[in-house]
Amino acid sequence: MAIFLDENSKVIVQGMTGSEGMKHTQRMLASGTSIVGGVNPRKAGTTVEFDGGTTVPVFGTVAEAMKETGANVSVIFVPPAFAKSAVVEAIDAAIPLAVVITEGIAVKDSAEFYAYSRTKGTTRIVGPNCPGLISPGKSNAGIIPANIAGAGRIGLVSKSGTLTYQMMYELREFGFSSAVGIGGDPIIGTTHIDCLEAFEKDPETDAIVMIGEIGGDAEERAAAYIKEHVTKPVVGYVAGFTAPEGKTMGHAGAIVSGSAGTAAAKQEALEAAGVKVGKTPSATADLMREIMRSLKG
Amino acid sequence: MFEKHGVPVLAGATATTPQQAREAAEAIGPKSGGVTVVKAQVKTGGRGKAGGVKVAKSADEAQQHAQAILGMDIKGHTVGTVMIAQGARIAEEYYFSVLLDRANRSYLAMCSKEGGMEIEQLAVERPEALARIAVDPNTGIDAAKAAEIVEAAGFDAETGAKIAPVLEKLWEVYRDEDATLVEVNPLVKTEDGDIVALDGKVTLDANADFRHPDHEALEDKAAADPLEAAAKEKGLNYVKLDGSVGIIGNGAGLVMSTLDVVAYAGEEFAGSPKPANFLDIGGGASAEVMANGLHIILGDAQVKSVFVNVFGGITSCDAVANGIVGALNALGDEATKPLVVRLDGNNVEEGRRILAEANHPLVTIEETMDGAARKAAELASAATN
Repeated sequence: MAIFLDENSKVIVQGMTGSEGMKHTQRMLASGTSIVGGVNPRKAGTTVEFDGGTTVPVFGTVAEAMKETGANVSVIFVPPAFAKSAVVEAIDAAIPLAVVITEGIAVKDSAEFYAYSRTKGTTRIVGPNCPGLISPGKSNAGIIPANIAGAGRIGLVSKSGTLTYQMMYELREFGFSSAVGIGGDPIIGTTHIDCLEAFEKDPETDAIVMIGEIGGDAEERAAAYIKEHVTKPVVGYVAGFTAPEGKTMGHAGAIVSGSAGTAAAKQEALEAAGVKVGKTPSATADLMREIMRSLKG
Repeated sequence: MFEKHGVPVLAGATATTPQQAREAAEAIGPKSGGVTVVKAQVKTGGRGKAGGVKVAKSADEAQQHAQAILGMDIKGHTVGTVMIAQGARIAEEYYFSVLLDRANRSYLAMCSKEGGMEIEQLAVERPEALARIAVDPNTGIDAAKAAEIVEAAGFDAETGAKIAPVLEKLWEVYRDEDATLVEVNPLVKTEDGDIVALDGKVTLDANADFRHPDHEALEDKAAADPLEAAAKEKGLNYVKLDGSVGIIGNGAGLVMSTLDVVAYAGEEFAGSPKPANFLDIGGGASAEVMANGLHIILGDAQVKSVFVNVFGGITSCDAVANGIVGALNALGDEATKPLVVRLDGNNVEEGRRILAEANHPLVTIEETMDGAARKAAELASAATN
């Protein structure tokens, strides 16, 4: 099972022939992902050789790649200025999952492609400005290093890439069903709530780690959702307690505006929903360790 | 910006001499029956009371007022410039904004018949007086949406019909300039029945700068912190804070988390050292980027110790370790503050071995993030107290 991505995922890469696309396609292949094609209208009909002897065909459009290969996931590495049209193309082709890795996309472009995806209703978008998602041992769509942790029964959802890696590393003794980096932009296609809902339904997930950060009210909304709908144990972590008001902390969406979007408010909401919140990433991992041990026993 | 998109605003021009003021009044006055307002341009309140705002009924009068106001002292500020603005008699004040709605991953328009006051205050005190209408990013505020907004705000048909086209123009500002906020407060109706955007605020999306080369000129570079400006020039993601522990890390989330962990650890030590900055050097962490980062951080006189916190995900730790060693070599005598390094993840053993072998006198290696934060806080505390 896992969520959104599994052993049946057939992945194409939009922007595969660029330097980031090449590097990460190689890494995705090395971690056992079924990469069935790349998309680049200027290089349609060619093939790309990767280390390990895999030859990947390049198609002119997402629709053509899907028709020829049965692809059901697209990972998008297209530069910010062209990312919107790449995502719109994926939505038009009705690919079930589009993972937008690109950082620095104008928020108007994200708002427009997200609204369009909602109108069409056939494509789940993960990201933008995210590391993608991994279901260890099954498939890896994005840039999460596959060697940090193996398969297991913890589900992870996070706004931050490196905190995803850190948490996977801390809990590598247990492993993960899926880890999803949803991204730190103001508008993202898949939210904490979407992932919580999927993990709750996933028979291969026993417990969930949710990592949030300052800005917006996604964590507060997730807390309300957990209270109503999630029966599996959830452990939380929120970054940015010391962030000053009105300053963007790296991620475009990580900003405290007035009294809105503070880490303290998010922690409070999560705790009120019965979620144990760790003070540091390591303390959060300890909370999850306790839960996993008690579930075993 | 409003003018460029056809939003009605009051005409105005600045002048530094009475003669210039006269010329401006001659140009602007006819739009409002010859009447202009001459206003002192000073960054302080109370200029009206001080005699720094005068209504002129002719260009002659505008010149005379400018003569009197220029050089005037208002609360310690000498007036060097006056604004000659079109005269307007305000009948009513309204509120309008369109902004990014993160919670609904869409846009939101807000409109009220009660303008002039702080919108946060209005939203709390009289939420029923503030209409909130969702705006689809792909269709925006067209005639139908504008009509929906003015109706929801409770305008009468006649006033609503005058305001709606202005809202469409303001939407064009939002869309065409890649804004995340366009706010007009107040939007006024004059006694002649015209709708005018009297005061406004626009927030622009920096990610869209690539299609707006003209936006760079709007940036107030003088207001930025000099270290932040230097970091920006190097392409580094840096925010100056006011503590004594310099922070370098990779990934925005990890760096935010590092700040928190350092602040908690600091509570245990004398003077409670706090983080001095946010600095995300991204995935690569090459020697050059590391050296640039260290250079910025060591340029902050408040910094007493530095915490380098890197998780080797895509980058392997040996490359990061080589980056740190290379950076310290490149900085030479400039590197004077103790460095606490925590590396974890991909190829960590080799990374730690490289650092240990380099045996740099300023570098302490710690195995955990929490332990390293404690060490960095301790060093900063010892250097200060």
